[in-house]
Amino acid sequence: MSTEDVLKSKFLDDTLTFSQFRDNRRVVVPAAKLQAIFQCLKSDLGFDMLSEVTAVDYLEYEGATDRFGVVYVFINVATGERLVLKTFVNDPKPTLPSAYSLWKSADWLEREVFDMFGITFTGHPDLRRILTPDEFTANPLRKDYPLKGRGERHNFPVVTRAES
Amino acid sequence: MAMKDVPDNIFMTTLDAAASWARANSLWPMPFATACCGIELMATASSRFDLARFGAEVMRFSPRQCDLMIVAGRVAMKMLPVLQRIWLQMPEPKWCISMGACACTGGVFDTYAVVQGIDRFIPVDMYIPGCPPRPEQLMAGIIALQDKIKHGGTLNGTEFARRDHSTGPVPFDKDELIRIREANEQLISLN
Repeated sequence: MSTEDVLKSKFLDDTLTFSQFRDNRRVVVPAAKLQAIFQCLKSDLGFDMLSEVTAVDYLEYEGATDRFGVVYVFINVATGERLVLKTFVNDPKPTLPSAYSLWKSADWLEREVFDMFGITFTGHPDLRRILTPDEFTANPLRKDYPLKGRGERHNFPVVTRAES
Repeated sequence: MAMKDVPDNIFMTTLDAAASWARANSLWPMPFATACCGIELMATASSRFDLARFGAEVMRFSPRQCDLMIVAGRVAMKMLPVLQRIWLQMPEPKWCISMGACACTGGVFDTYAVVQGIDRFIPVDMYIPGCPPRPEQLMAGIIALQDKIKHGGTLNGTEFARRDHSTGPVPFDKDELIRIREANEQLISLN
């Protein structure tokens, strides 16, 4: 039974949208069922590696109904099978369950999504900023954040030659 | 003083000139290499271009042993406190070369994360243009800095005391303030 059939039979009541482009197989799932689908992918389908977690901000995107899309890429190391899983979350307080309990690689990947998009992952053991400085307050990859920032890059003391 | 008793192999000079001559010909660089300019800096130090010809080959990775900081590459917002700290750890007298477009002005990286010129926050003695500058340009910059040290240097570094303000543009220029205000207005209208 293929991955698609297993997921369809397990989650009969939910709207799982499958699509494929060449060997890139994708599934869009509702955020409410994410934890159960993670469990199914890990234990029933043998996806033992989480290789990527990233997000997309659909603010002002033509035809988009949700604010953020969060994308997971899973690999079954035994068979080499890959699956791209996508789900949507919205303002205010976009929140998803953490995949850390099933895949340890989710640790830094989810921290990066948290840092750049402000999406929180419940159940993550150490959810704090990973790329920007600790005192940074914005989420730079959100579309409403200006490219040149809000003056953070200028907010430093000046060291002059006379005093150094 | 009777000059006739002085042997031929004795020179008379000022202490300032002697100190500056010695300092200019034994610059110990601190390679603060963060990007592709660092590759050119390494090439300059290696055999083909041989920075040793100018007495500046002793790259030290401890700031306490250096007197010339070469900032080669873009400096990210998160890196600037580190840069300032390393600069403050270097003993006097010390000089700073801003190498390449990114260190001088931010270059093409006009984004929230990149400092728009290190001269806004630390003192800079010599700017080297280029993206990245070729080793010849870096050597020309070092020779120009040696010249500057030889002609303006003093024994106790009094020439530095006059430099009590930042050499770069003020942290916020008018355009920047307008851009930030526009961004905030846009944010308010979106929410």
